[in-house]
Amino acid sequence: MKADPRGVLTGTHFMDGDHSCCEGALAAGCRFAAGYPITPSTEVVERISGRLPEMGGMFLQMEDELASSIAIQGAAWAGAKTLTVTSGPGFSLMMEHIGLAAMTETPCVYVDVQRGGPSTGLPTMPAQQDMMQAKWGSHGDYGIIAVCPNSPQECFDLTILAFNLAEQYRVPALVMMDEVVGHMIERVVIPEADRIEVVPRRYTQKKPGEYLPFRPGHDLVPDIVKAGDGYRLHVTGLTHDERGYPAMNVPAQEKLVRRLVDKIRLNAEKICRTEESGLDDAEVVVVSYGITSRIAQRSIELARARGVKVGSLRLLVAWPFPEHRIKALAGRVKAFVVPELNFGQMALEVERVAAGRSRTVCVGHAGGSVHDPKTIADAIVEAAR
Amino acid sequence: MANDTAQVPAPAPAAKKPRKVFGLIYVERDRCKGCTFCVEFCPPKCLGMSEDFNAKGYHVPMLTAPDDCTGCNLCGLYCPDFAIYGWMRKAGKETP
Amino acid sequence: MSEAATATVPAAAPVRPANKVEPFLRMDRMPTVWCPGCGIGTVVNGLAQALERCKLDLDKVAIVSGIGCTGRVAGYVRLDSFHTTHGRPIPFATGLKLANPELKVIVVSGDGDLTAIGGNHFIHAARRNIDMTVICVNNHTYGMTGGQVTPTTPPPAIASTTPYGAYEDPFNLQFLADACGAVYCARWTVAHVRQLAKAIEEALQKRGFSFVEAISPCPTLYARRNRLGEGVDALKYYEEKSVVKHGAPTREVGIGFQSEIAVGKFVDRERATLIEAMNERYSKAVRGYVPYPTGHKPRK
Repeated sequence: MKADPRGVLTGTHFMDGDHSCCEGALAAGCRFAAGYPITPSTEVVERISGRLPEMGGMFLQMEDELASSIAIQGAAWAGAKTLTVTSGPGFSLMMEHIGLAAMTETPCVYVDVQRGGPSTGLPTMPAQQDMMQAKWGSHGDYGIIAVCPNSPQECFDLTILAFNLAEQYRVPALVMMDEVVGHMIERVVIPEADRIEVVPRRYTQKKPGEYLPFRPGHDLVPDIVKAGDGYRLHVTGLTHDERGYPAMNVPAQEKLVRRLVDKIRLNAEKICRTEESGLDDAEVVVVSYGITSRIAQRSIELARARGVKVGSLRLLVAWPFPEHRIKALAGRVKAFVVPELNFGQMALEVERVAAGRSRTVCVGHAGGSVHDPKTIADAIVEAAR
Repeated sequence: MANDTAQVPAPAPAAKKPRKVFGLIYVERDRCKGCTFCVEFCPPKCLGMSEDFNAKGYHVPMLTAPDDCTGCNLCGLYCPDFAIYGWMRKAGKETP
Repeated sequence: MSEAATATVPAAAPVRPANKVEPFLRMDRMPTVWCPGCGIGTVVNGLAQALERCKLDLDKVAIVSGIGCTGRVAGYVRLDSFHTTHGRPIPFATGLKLANPELKVIVVSGDGDLTAIGGNHFIHAARRNIDMTVICVNNHTYGMTGGQVTPTTPPPAIASTTPYGAYEDPFNLQFLADACGAVYCARWTVAHVRQLAKAIEEALQKRGFSFVEAISPCPTLYARRNRLGEGVDALKYYEEKSVVKHGAPTREVGIGFQSEIAVGKFVDRERATLIEAMNERYSKAVRGYVPYPTGHKPRK
């Protein structure tokens, strides 16, 4: 389906990542947003609060992140594509409701513009310390999708992707930005609306009485309805059966939770997006994402100049993790070098999947700034020995 | 002669109109939890709890004075388990 | 003298009409989980009667609840129903309403859910005058988790987390709702079935944030721990000690332990709803602004 032109600011812009994220949401069809101010994400909702009234949408600044993270789910069940935005401390507050969205299979988008943590940390400075939290942050077993833009252009493009994946898989989708990507200003090209693909909500064809809100299709995803259409549906965070009725027993838990996990895990190869280069003859592969991938590009150039055959595997989708790509490379390369603005989070995934067939070298960072490219380059050269 | 009222014949009592509306109740026995809200709040006090009990072990309400039931359905409004309700039935009619 | 006090009753059993409340319920989920003598089901009766009297299109009515015994109401009524997280039915309902103002949104939840963990959302939704009806079943306890103290537990009641008796001054929910700007505030007990149904009916027809508090027993926990008898004994106390005080100043209608209970309608006023206020502002400031639908029926 093509994007609704009312939400598409076609043209070439000079815009920061936060603002581009807002435009991506609008292009994807977002017409309801709720949020609470928190640096460095506030600009997303500041912009959206001005833009949504122009196109018949609605933004409400809620009293806290707890309210924002569930108001968007109410709006989703009323039929809207919805978004909320936050950073570390707010992301922690939203965790219960990300779990609710996963459990009730509510399509919605959560944006985390990561900053230095833990706790209040460094509000105006970057980090990538919430990556594991994105996957595991809520209690219980479930799957989510998370994308990692590395430029304002990607903040536009990958926010649209997040909305599309949320609709396709009836799951909360996260946009894991960071303060640098959010605040850097670069050229952003927004195409004509008819060149933007959006995935419509997968409303059921079945009538009330025939429709079961949690009976999955062949892709493990159920079709959806919205309130007000006569389905008299019941949605609960309790473990439930296909009718949506609470079913607090072991077989129901096994059936439901296994499907919530498998829905993402077994569809991972379709969901994952990577950008790869120089892998054919690589001795070392740099696995990176977000702003660090921009620094890593420079590091790769420096390492190549020192004679190392370096390839790059950039994660555009961090969760589900592209296990199939790492498995294909493990054993063929001497090492994976994983630079990130944390002390090793996605590196743990690389190491797990490589299963010792290649070394995994984490180039960590406490956050607050980006890496010095030489640090990563040195690590690459060392890994190639 | 102040106390001569006894000499005046008592007036004939006004003819009572035949009662046209009756009430009936129905109890979904196995849904009842024996809370007795209905018994307590029945305006004509025509309900009481049974001697026997249902499958869950609760005593259930029954009409102890069926002729007094007016079918007001206050029992139905009070019942937290939707296990009893009343309705009005006109005399001589099979259906309400 | 007429003997015709009773006319002849037909001998054959007459056809039984259906229970009028059943179309509102998910009958496939009966019986409920509520204890014998719990008043939540009685509140549901009041809601069913109010919905019927309002003649609303039930396909467009949505009910949102939180967690707790009262939270289970969403699972039992046959409407689009959402059983959300503890304390958060109000912001969920806010999103639901604002994204589709045509929906009639009703929040049904307990005193702990709405005013302890959910307190922040309660006060802001009332302040904003979001068009929704909030029915608070106030049994002065957290029943589902075993009878802990809540912001409405009157001292010196015993609760599982105040084993020596509560000592905090409780909320007066009517005062709270009034102070935050709710346009309709009423309180009845589950002994007042007709008045409760009427109050819910008025609240549903009221434009803006309408609040109905239903005092209800918790026989298994609150009443048992405080030796107050069964559910029916609580209803007798409500009937005996309630005093109708329509229009009383809300600051004066607090409830103490086994005290007099002021019931009635305390607040009924008009104020722009959130969407009305938004439209008013944006039509002045946004060029070419198309007013956002309010979902209100035209004022009589």
